[in-house]
Amino acid sequence: MISARGLRKSFGDFEAVKGIDVEVRRGEAFGFLGPNGAGKSSTMRMIASVSPVTSGELRILGMDPATDGPAIRGRLGVCPQEDTLDNELNVFDNLYIYGRYFGIDRATCRERARELLEFAQITEKARSKVEDLSGGMKRRLTIARSLINNPDLLLLDEPTTGLDPQARHVLWDQLFRLKQAGVTLVITTHYMDEAEQLCDRLVVMDKGRIAAEGSPRELIDAHSTREVAELRFGVGEHEALAGKVEDLGERVEVLPDRLLVYSDHGEDVVTAVLDRGLHPLATLVRRSTLEDVFLRLTGRSLAD
Amino acid sequence: MATTSPASDATRDVRPTGRLSAWEGMARQYDYWLTVLKRTWRGGVVGSFLTPLLYVVAMGVLLGGFIEGDPDKLEGATSYLAFVVPGLVASHAMTIAVSESTYPVMGAIKWHKTFYAQLATPLAVRDLVNAFIGFVMFRVASACAVFMLVLAPFGVFTTWWGPILAWLSQVLVGFAFATLVFAYSARLKSEEGFGVLFRLGVIPLTLFSGAFFPIGNLGPVLEWIARLTPLWHGVSLSRMFCVGQVDWSLVLLHVVVLVTLTVVGWFLAVRNLDRRLEV
Repeated sequence: MISARGLRKSFGDFEAVKGIDVEVRRGEAFGFLGPNGAGKSSTMRMIASVSPVTSGELRILGMDPATDGPAIRGRLGVCPQEDTLDNELNVFDNLYIYGRYFGIDRATCRERARELLEFAQITEKARSKVEDLSGGMKRRLTIARSLINNPDLLLLDEPTTGLDPQARHVLWDQLFRLKQAGVTLVITTHYMDEAEQLCDRLVVMDKGRIAAEGSPRELIDAHSTREVAELRFGVGEHEALAGKVEDLGERVEVLPDRLLVYSDHGEDVVTAVLDRGLHPLATLVRRSTLEDVFLRLTGRSLAD
Repeated sequence: MATTSPASDATRDVRPTGRLSAWEGMARQYDYWLTVLKRTWRGGVVGSFLTPLLYVVAMGVLLGGFIEGDPDKLEGATSYLAFVVPGLVASHAMTIAVSESTYPVMGAIKWHKTFYAQLATPLAVRDLVNAFIGFVMFRVASACAVFMLVLAPFGVFTTWWGPILAWLSQVLVGFAFATLVFAYSARLKSEEGFGVLFRLGVIPLTLFSGAFFPIGNLGPVLEWIARLTPLWHGVSLSRMFCVGQVDWSLVLLHVVVLVTLTVVGWFLAVRNLDRRLEV
């Protein structure tokens, strides 16, 4: 579906994407995980065939965006990071008008618009203005709009950023249904839980490069331990105490507000810490996540 | 297609088509622009038809009543009304073309992001420019047509074909300004640039391009400057046809100038919008 070799994107002197290799297969959900500024959105815009490739090779659905842009875009669905819904059209017309851009005949456009409103659970808002929708509804409408042409490949740039937890879960459910229906999904996110929920395979991007690639499980297995013990001490004590616990796990990360001790047996670590006469204000044992992978690979947390 | 799986049907409405033809690119945006028209035509009626009528009555009939209609001094027109009307309609064509290609262009880039949404489809920048200019020209052409019809009873036209050619001249004025101003607006980062355009462009052009008085009154230097302005070519064309004294070699010059400006404006519009939207 997507094949990139040595893909680069520069804006003047600034290199946003510094030579990445990516392969996305039919029917999978593929993620670009990374903090803001990692080059995810630039990569997505090149894949969406709206931003010219600076150098390297890119093939979308077997075609070259430089020469077959309109043909590629005709088979893509794009859900941009920033809503580009038309506030002056009502909800139904946002879908209908968009379908017309793809050359879909009027009757089919109307029928599909009605089905997609149903899918997005906003049928009762069909005649409302876009302005009157909640953030979650706008996002669902944007996704519905991106499906108007029955795309082979759906690109979602930060699909749940800015949504409340409930709205996120509704959206995840819908994306999961699309995946089940065989749509290839490409998702960018800086939420590791989203990546774990949705992605079969992902790449971790940092500063325009790919830091790691694999399934969420593989990445965690390869770059982290099974569990993590989080120890919260008093303000400013973490750096000093790190040395006293570092032999308890495979690795220790010092964050401003806590210590992370990586071990396959988190509870044992906590017990040992208490045995040494240390008294953390709070402790938490949890499974490793992609956040830990990112921390390991880049030395920074995703929220930075 | 089941409601829960919108992508499950095997048929694809959109097959690889390569680049769309110019006609297809515009046709696909017809429904969009129709909704824009439905939403805005009421305001357009007042702005496009009523305002110029007030101008004709005030400037042509009431002010013109004080001006002696000497055909030698009025480029062949037998009254000031007959002189001022073709110029008024031509400058009206400019005003509509400019106002429809300023804020609406910036809106589609900055505020509503319509262009970004449209570009994620098979449409290309060229198609967006064509449809946009097409809509602006519909506005210009319909407003000028109604204006000319309203003027018919005032007895300012000498032939039946003159007003039709005059109308086409006004449309040409609209094309030249719509494309050039679109190109300008596509580059503009903030709307303050429009104030400059109106104050230093539209208003001086309206006043000094021969619409209200013969440019011979300006003195030799300013007269030549006036001849270089695009609006003068349109005013002169429009007036020759309305008054019925046509110098065909001059017509050719005017048409060549206005068509050239339109073509240059179109290329600049496509280039500027392409650069602006590339991210």
